Amino acid sequence: MVKIAEQDTSLLNLFNESRNLIEKDASPLVNQWRTKAEEAFRQLGIPSNKVEAYKYTNLQPWFKAQYAYSFSENGYQGKIDEIFKCDVESMESHTVFMVNGKFIPGSNGNVLPQGVVIGSFFELAKKHSHIVEKYYSKIAPVTEDGMVALNTMYATDGIFIHVPAGKVVEKPIQIVNILTGEKDLMVNQRNLIVIEENAQARVLFCDHTLTQSRFVINSVTEAQIDGTSNLDFYNIQNQHNGTIQVGGYYFNQEKQSVLNANYFTLHTGIARNNIFARLGGEHAENHISGLYLIDKNQHVDNFSYINHAVPDCESNELFKGVMDDASTGAFTGRILVAKDAQRTNAYQSNNNLLLTENAKMNTRPQLEIYADDVKCSHGATVGQLDDNALFYLRARGISKEEANILLRFAFAYEVIEKIQMPELKEQIRELVEKRFRGELDKCDSCVVCGQVDKRGLSCV
Amino acid sequence: MATEQDKLLEEVTNREYQYGFHTDIEMDMLPKGLDEEVIKEISRRKKEPEFMLEFRLEAYRNWLKMESPDWAHLKIPPIDFQDMIYYAAPKKKPQLESMDEVDPELRATFDKLGIPLDEQKVLAGVAVDAIIDSVSVKTTFRETLAEKGIIFCSISEAIQEYPDLVKKHLGSVVPPGDNFFAALNSAVFSDGSFVFIPKGVRCPMELSSYFRINAMNTGQFERTLIVAEDDSYVSYLEGCTAPMRDENQLHAAVVEIVALDRAEVKYSTVQNWYPGDKNGKGGIFNFVTKRGICKGDYSKISWTQVETGSAITWKYPSCVLMGDHTVGEFYSVALTNNYQQADTGTKMIHLGKNTRSLIVSKGISAGFSQNSYRGLVKVSKRAENARNFSQCDSLLLGDKCGAHTFPYLEINNNSAKVEHEATTSKIGEDQIFYCNQRGIDTENAVGLIVNGYVKEVINQLPMEFAVEAQKLLQISLEGSVG
Repeated sequence: MVKIAEQDTSLLNLFNESRNLIEKDASPLVNQWRTKAEEAFRQLGIPSNKVEAYKYTNLQPWFKAQYAYSFSENGYQGKIDEIFKCDVESMESHTVFMVNGKFIPGSNGNVLPQGVVIGSFFELAKKHSHIVEKYYSKIAPVTEDGMVALNTMYATDGIFIHVPAGKVVEKPIQIVNILTGEKDLMVNQRNLIVIEENAQARVLFCDHTLTQSRFVINSVTEAQIDGTSNLDFYNIQNQHNGTIQVGGYYFNQEKQSVLNANYFTLHTGIARNNIFARLGGEHAENHISGLYLIDKNQHVDNFSYINHAVPDCESNELFKGVMDDASTGAFTGRILVAKDAQRTNAYQSNNNLLLTENAKMNTRPQLEIYADDVKCSHGATVGQLDDNALFYLRARGISKEEANILLRFAFAYEVIEKIQMPELKEQIRELVEKRFRGELDKCDSCVVCGQVDKRGLSCV
Repeated sequence: MATEQDKLLEEVTNREYQYGFHTDIEMDMLPKGLDEEVIKEISRRKKEPEFMLEFRLEAYRNWLKMESPDWAHLKIPPIDFQDMIYYAAPKKKPQLESMDEVDPELRATFDKLGIPLDEQKVLAGVAVDAIIDSVSVKTTFRETLAEKGIIFCSISEAIQEYPDLVKKHLGSVVPPGDNFFAALNSAVFSDGSFVFIPKGVRCPMELSSYFRINAMNTGQFERTLIVAEDDSYVSYLEGCTAPMRDENQLHAAVVEIVALDRAEVKYSTVQNWYPGDKNGKGGIFNFVTKRGICKGDYSKISWTQVETGSAITWKYPSCVLMGDHTVGEFYSVALTNNYQQADTGTKMIHLGKNTRSLIVSKGISAGFSQNSYRGLVKVSKRAENARNFSQCDSLLLGDKCGAHTFPYLEINNNSAKVEHEATTSKIGEDQIFYCNQRGIDTENAVGLIVNGYVKEVINQLPMEFAVEAQKLLQISLEGSVG
């Protein structure tokens, strides 16, 4: 166990000073976890690169109590749907807005199927206490990761999605996470998604920044996917260079459930994704993919942990990255096949392109296997574009630049292809292509959702 | 009279350092425990030059500040380092009169391995002329080698006779403060081998620690140093396939290799220490630091290892590819059965331009064992055009064992091409069925398939060794099927 670093106490002190504010009006079921989380955090602290799981991303310099922290409101008064419009226009969706980690009421567009609930975690946790009791802090254990502990201590609001048994939400549920304001800010957002039996949903998280302040985000999303249900999960990160985001995504899958999770990191400062999936029911399927296109001094670390706890499950993992300028990429993929989890099929692949001599990549594909009747494989590559392929294209009269773009795009497309929403797929395809062509100013690529700088709000 | 003398001797030898260490009575061994005095005493007894004592003390002081590594995928019971004897003159094994007195189980194993009778006797400690034979073998060896200017002797001799060479290279690859077990070794190592191949010499034979008679008793802290000068070549074999029973539980060896311009060193190991009984009781802890440095351009270091013994293996033979156009290779078969644990792999550190490395690791786990591959491929910023390919396969025999893969790829140069792939699977029922159908019973079928699976690595071993290693794998797997 790593000793708590000196600066970490500032966050503990802040917590103790503000505890009344944090707990005020919140669900007692959420509050009851805070003490346990605090104890765990006292032990774990903010992970530094001495912690094996965070070997390539040291978070200690960033997570301190030096940022503004608003416990009661998000400090944003304007009308969000006026300044921010998602431009994937052809895509009809249930769109809700979160500003600085707080839910904006009344931003829910379309009519939902009966019984389906989307809204503020703060409010709905009180209303649906049986769900909170059953799942809250059960999927993301506070005792193992300092960041989860920190989130559980401070968690107030976030998104709450409940799809009851047998319901199908056809339109995607889009959650636009906006960070804005003049002050440097720390956000601990907490999301809970419960998809009951035979239900289906598509959830899309878009992370944006609107002002140049430094944003330090530590979000935790817990998702329960019950038997024979289906969740498509997308996360599109498009934040400015001063952003430090730690996103914890914890999935618990029951029998015959299917999870598709896709992570696109298009622009960020320091991003760390912790993706944990537990396959707890037989014949569950898990497909996780990610694409990170980074440049400047950006740093992206995708950490995934697929736990095959029972027999007959399948998992497929594909992460691809393109590192430009002086950016650093990192990937850790661990597949755990528990004892007696026979007939497991688990595949994992991580491919990376380094474009400049200052770009770096660290990758750790790991297998931990305790059952014998399994088919598991992993592969990792770091390199450049294939010279033969380049030659092939050039021999056919395609210029060097064009050939490079084509090949890079083909490289990235393998991940884009996995998107199951045609409109979104088209949008991302276009963006990535423009990005490789250099048609987008790198900063402007905050246009993921088509958010072009129309109203003088530049995406820094 | 004699008894009185014995009594007196016993009294003196058992007395705690009443007169300090400057006693004239040569004791057989030092008492248990480790402190600076013990290290000074070791150095004094071995009549080492001053620089060696400093080397040892520096290592010891480093060691005190370190903690036993806990990052490996191993369950290591606590080791009491004060409950060990750090220096003992080679013990005489009880001499047996004839082969009939040897443990029949041991004899059966010898037969299966196909070890010649004379060698069997030597290994089992039977008094025979075989030893004389070996001595003569040894002397012929030495003559041939001396003609070429090759030095092959124990490291203690080397410290006496070639202090300059030793001073220059000892600790240059594995510094005294490198890691917990290496530091301990540097502080207390008692013996080991020293090999020096001069410029332009191709060593005409495989050098084997096995032929160096005192190598049989080098004890638990073995130290090996191999220096290959420009344009030289040597192939070195360590260990032997015969089961080695040893009373020392902890083995912390260090091997250092220095390869200068265009030199090539091939280092092969077959490790078959006592793995503990079927219930996981006893067995050797094998914590080894092996590292080679390709210092000169166009040099090459190749590690081949077949690990079948030891209760716990913690071993990462590494290559530092410092010169341009250097090559590092690592071929490994690690087999664990019963309650054995192994965490082994390699590190390839690419520093020079146009460096290449290849990793082929084959893990086999059976019984209740845990077998991990852990490897690092690091390409530094200035290592242009580095190339690495890693292949790590695991084979599981039985549903109570574990096979794990933990590769680390750290790439800081965009001209690098690094590939890693790993698979984990079991022997297909169809394969077994195919063999059964042709009259091969399941146990032999597994042996056959395993041997096919490891062939890529075994092929790297010198011929005689390869044959023995194949048989060894089969024997080690006994009882794991059915």
